[in-house]
Amino acid sequence: MIAGACLVLSLAASSVVLHHVDQLRPQATLDEVLFLSSPKVIKRASLGYDGLMACIYWTRAVQYFGNRHHYYAASYNLLAPLLEITTHLDPHLVVAYEFGSSFLAPKPPFGAGQPKSAIELMNYGIENNPDNWRLYYDLGFVYYTELKDYKNAAESFARGSQVPNAHPFLKVLAAQMASHAGDYETARSLWLASYQNTQDKLIKQNAVDHLRALRVEEDVDHLQAAVTRFGERTGRLPASMEELAAAERFARIPVDPDGHPYKLTPEGRIEVREPHDFQFATKGLPPGFKPWPTFDAPQP
Amino acid sequence: MRTRIAYIASNTFREAVRDRVLYNLIAFALLLSGAAILVGQISIEIEKLVVINLGLTAVSLFGVVIAIFIGIGLVSKEIEKRTLYTVLSRPVRRWEFIVGKFFGLAGTLVVNAFFMAIGVFAALFYVSHKFVRADALILVALYFIILEFLIICSLSLLFSSFSSPLLSAVFAFSLFVIGSFAEDLRNFAGMAHGFTRWLATGTAYLVPNFSAFNVITSVAHEQPVAGQLILNNTLYAVFYATMALSGAVLIFENRDLK
Repeated sequence: MIAGACLVLSLAASSVVLHHVDQLRPQATLDEVLFLSSPKVIKRASLGYDGLMACIYWTRAVQYFGNRHHYYAASYNLLAPLLEITTHLDPHLVVAYEFGSSFLAPKPPFGAGQPKSAIELMNYGIENNPDNWRLYYDLGFVYYTELKDYKNAAESFARGSQVPNAHPFLKVLAAQMASHAGDYETARSLWLASYQNTQDKLIKQNAVDHLRALRVEEDVDHLQAAVTRFGERTGRLPASMEELAAAERFARIPVDPDGHPYKLTPEGRIEVREPHDFQFATKGLPPGFKPWPTFDAPQP
Repeated sequence: MRTRIAYIASNTFREAVRDRVLYNLIAFALLLSGAAILVGQISIEIEKLVVINLGLTAVSLFGVVIAIFIGIGLVSKEIEKRTLYTVLSRPVRRWEFIVGKFFGLAGTLVVNAFFMAIGVFAALFYVSHKFVRADALILVALYFIILEFLIICSLSLLFSSFSSPLLSAVFAFSLFVIGSFAEDLRNFAGMAHGFTRWLATGTAYLVPNFSAFNVITSVAHEQPVAGQLILNNTLYAVFYATMALSGAVLIFENRDLK
């Protein structure tokens, strides 16, 4: 009885003391460290159980990205090494290439801003899984969205289209990239394909957000052109969106994907009313607007 | 002869059960059910992979640890407790004693692996909600793990026949680690020249090659295992275990037990 009480009390006391110790040295357990960085060494150390180690490192990469992303971190120093270790431990872990490239390629705070690392990762994935058309698609996607490298994007989609059982839209994408035609149309095709070819809710939501942003950008382009035309015709800027809509004979005041009317600023710029709702848009936002502040995040 | 071997084997099995060896199943069940429930929340799209990888790795590692720690005491403990003299005073030959012990330990590990396999399949069903044809490949991986156990059991018995339990554990575990690097040793032999090449090649063939038995990762990715590999691995395990058991018998037959 006394021993049982002692056990519970000392366990509680040690937990309280440890909590205080952690508060005294907050950075001690939070340093960004990868004790073993060589994939070869880790593979050897796993004694043949490299599949399980790959799952552990993949989970670690997901947790690392999730934590940094949550705090809108500006740097993701460990992400590329973690993904490299994961894929060298299990070169057939396709999910690590697919998600890994979408973690690495986008600019902070949406990703690590390392499109070159993403391309290296995808090339390693294709080397080890040459019959998986999704990897060619993801590679082309990175070339197009992050680097605007139409030539390599077209080549990636074309290579992917030759893989047995590849989705037919790869041929269409390859042709669109080769002609550079209709940027918005191409981007819409890519994000639609991304939406339709995944079961993952996060990826679906990401595709929806990009499609909404594309629609805003396209609308802003059209409306900005209308403002320019109005200025050329009248020698002044339209006083309001209503005046512009009447001059251009719009059926109604143009609205964004959420149904909010677009705003016309006194300087003649077209803007959305709720910029925070269109985090990926590059047009229609107030000057200097940033969706979120970026800062260095606490480490996991 | 068969009856005597079977009797020693069943006693060895009973003794292992009495030693609460099968309690490891509780740890295994907790590990696997925890992984099946938690991984979906902390990772992305690897629930099934984790269940297969973790399940089969645990079956393998738990079995290896049991094989080593039970195997090393099979002979020395009998000598220490002087029960061996009682056994050998009856019409039991020394080689029958060793072979019986081997089958008893192997049987314990097979039963242990059987219950763990049920756990793996149950966890798999929990995360996938169905079984697919490729899941049958897990049985091949389990079979290879059992073949691995046969080799480790025989090696533990070999060391147990002439060494102390502590040293036997060190030897057996070292051989398990070296055996996991057997292919690297072979690659090293391929790059070496002269005497080093012969030495490395000889060592590579002498130590057990466990890497050939490890198909866990490929099975997790639903990649088929060649029938030829199943046959060759079976033959290799049988020959290697027979070799190590023969060594144990030779040493034990010539050992002065007075």
